[in-house]
Amino acid sequence: MKIHEYQAKEILRTFGVKTPKGVVIKNLTELNSVPEKLKSTKYVVKAQIHAGGRGKGGGVKIAKTTDELQTCAKQILGMNLVTHQTGPEGKIVRTLLIEEGLSIQKELYLAMITNRKSESFSLIASCEGGMEIEEVAHKSPEKIITENVGYYSELPMYAIRNIAYGLGLSQELMKPFTKLAQGIYKAFITLDCSLLEINPLIITSDNDLVALDAKVNFDNNGLVRHKELLELQDIHEEDPRELEAAKHGLSYISLDGNIGCMVNGAGLAMGTMDTIKLHGGSPANFLDVGGSATTEQVSKAFELILSDKKVKAILINIFGGIMKCDTIANGIIAAARTMHFQQPMVVRLDGTNADIAAGILEKSELKIITAKNMDEAAKKVVHAVQ
Amino acid sequence: MSILVDKNTKVICQGITGSAGSFHTEKCKEYGTNIVGGVTPGKGGSSYLGVPIFNTVKEARKKTHANATMIFVPAPYAADAIMESAEAGIELIVAITEGIPVNDMIQAKALVTKKGARLIGPNCPGIITPDACKIGIMPGFIHKKGHVGVISRSGTLTYEAVHQLTNLGIGQSTCIGIGGDPIIGTTFIDALSLFNNDPETHAVVMIGEIGGEAEEEAALYIKNNLKKPVVSFIAGLTAPQGKRMGHAGAIISGSSGRAEDKIRALEAAGAKVVRNPAEIGAGVKSILGTV
Repeated sequence: MKIHEYQAKEILRTFGVKTPKGVVIKNLTELNSVPEKLKSTKYVVKAQIHAGGRGKGGGVKIAKTTDELQTCAKQILGMNLVTHQTGPEGKIVRTLLIEEGLSIQKELYLAMITNRKSESFSLIASCEGGMEIEEVAHKSPEKIITENVGYYSELPMYAIRNIAYGLGLSQELMKPFTKLAQGIYKAFITLDCSLLEINPLIITSDNDLVALDAKVNFDNNGLVRHKELLELQDIHEEDPRELEAAKHGLSYISLDGNIGCMVNGAGLAMGTMDTIKLHGGSPANFLDVGGSATTEQVSKAFELILSDKKVKAILINIFGGIMKCDTIANGIIAAARTMHFQQPMVVRLDGTNADIAAGILEKSELKIITAKNMDEAAKKVVHAVQ
Repeated sequence: MSILVDKNTKVICQGITGSAGSFHTEKCKEYGTNIVGGVTPGKGGSSYLGVPIFNTVKEARKKTHANATMIFVPAPYAADAIMESAEAGIELIVAITEGIPVNDMIQAKALVTKKGARLIGPNCPGIITPDACKIGIMPGFIHKKGHVGVISRSGTLTYEAVHQLTNLGIGQSTCIGIGGDPIIGTTFIDALSLFNNDPETHAVVMIGEIGGEAEEEAALYIKNNLKKPVVSFIAGLTAPQGKRMGHAGAIISGSSGRAEDKIRALEAAGAKVVRNPAEIGAGVKSILGTV
């Protein structure tokens, strides 16, 4: 799960990380009280969307007077912000973070991730702050410091030294850096984060370390023990169908094509999409109904697929293992009867009781095209949309 | 012969009294797996599905001499269950549970490695040696005893592949679902090296998917060490970047984890990579004809 910069900063502050003084507004009428609250000579107005590249897209501006602050805020709040990460459709800016302007001596990069390759946590740092880390990794990989660490009650001191000396920090900064690194590690472990990135981490002209930007992603598997974090989710940033699917224990991802897919199991679902493509078609979605889908889940899956107006045909590919195909066939028929849709539907049911299931599907008066295997099913559904 | 599990494997189930745990324990027993006990804290001393229930794995191990466990404990407590078994000296830990927080797995994997235990999963269908031992949730009847080893990150896609093999009359030595999470116990390389040393395994089916670099690493192993032919399918050529495709580990991040790169690496290593998952069985048949 992703959250906004202002939310990430609120969390980091509770773990002792310094951030610029800031005010969050959702409405221009709230703007008048900002100068009084920040007492700053300049302001940074930042669009709050879940995507990088906001500055280049015109979503981050500096204002030197209260008049300029008004102008910048009016420009950004409500704008459709397009960055390299939003896609061409962009995202509407609904929230602004307005911060005090700080004078910067140097920009650094610091992040923590779960590293699947080393099967540990990794702290990643660079003296090239402000740039995307992938770009630094590409252009000057020698400037990236990676420190793999295991699961401890707190971040070991040697790891902090390796990073701090690697960054060439002055002796004076060792103490604030230790506090910052420990705060990040603690936050990451306590809240089950999957990514925590501070870019840039700045050294201010009065020699302090401040998180100028912050990005925090949570491991969805960890959210069950942090119910309070769920409130941070911004539904405007999520695909409504993906949210609805998750509520019903389904896994759904919107795609660009016109063939709606319903499959059991993530691997088989991806394999089905690939087979459709191989035969010249294009999937409208990824949809995994799970290993033990109920009739209710099958109904919900139909609803999700049909709510996408691009869908011209439906492919159901179920391998019945423990679940019996006849049970699934009845579920499909029950759901299809109540939905009243016109799109052709290709069904492939294989595994336990596949023969009985085929009989049930044939006897129903629904216009169902049956297929014996997934290859035939993919060919038939591609043919149906052509 | 087979790898890791056979008729002599003594299995306990952690979370045996839960709905999934009890359902699948029964199915495993029906298949012929030697289930010797179960663990549910607070229910020790009772008996369930005809086997004794213990409060702890330590006690279960002492009383039953179990050397394997099948874990159905709910996700927030499952890593703890893995660690409990590793500490108790269980040699083979099969974790079926989906949704274990990744940070928990960093802890659990470190302990499993330290104790020298073998972990399969989590978020996997388990392991089966046809006609001998099934530890997991896969449908037993689709399998057939034979000489092809199967390794996969996916559940139903494995059933699909096994079903194709059996329909063509090609049996399996052992099938392992290694799991769809970012941090797992047994990796492709671990499983490949076990099959490499198993004289009864003549060829290997390897089913991968987007995310991580495990397939690329496996390709290097295949190129340098594997003496047996490999047929492979990689799911997710059509998956978009930055989206988790059902499995927690199935995500393309930036330019890493893409199916194209995995396919290229495997082909360069000499594996036969089929583009159509419906052709996995046929791919194996064509290769076995030449062995």
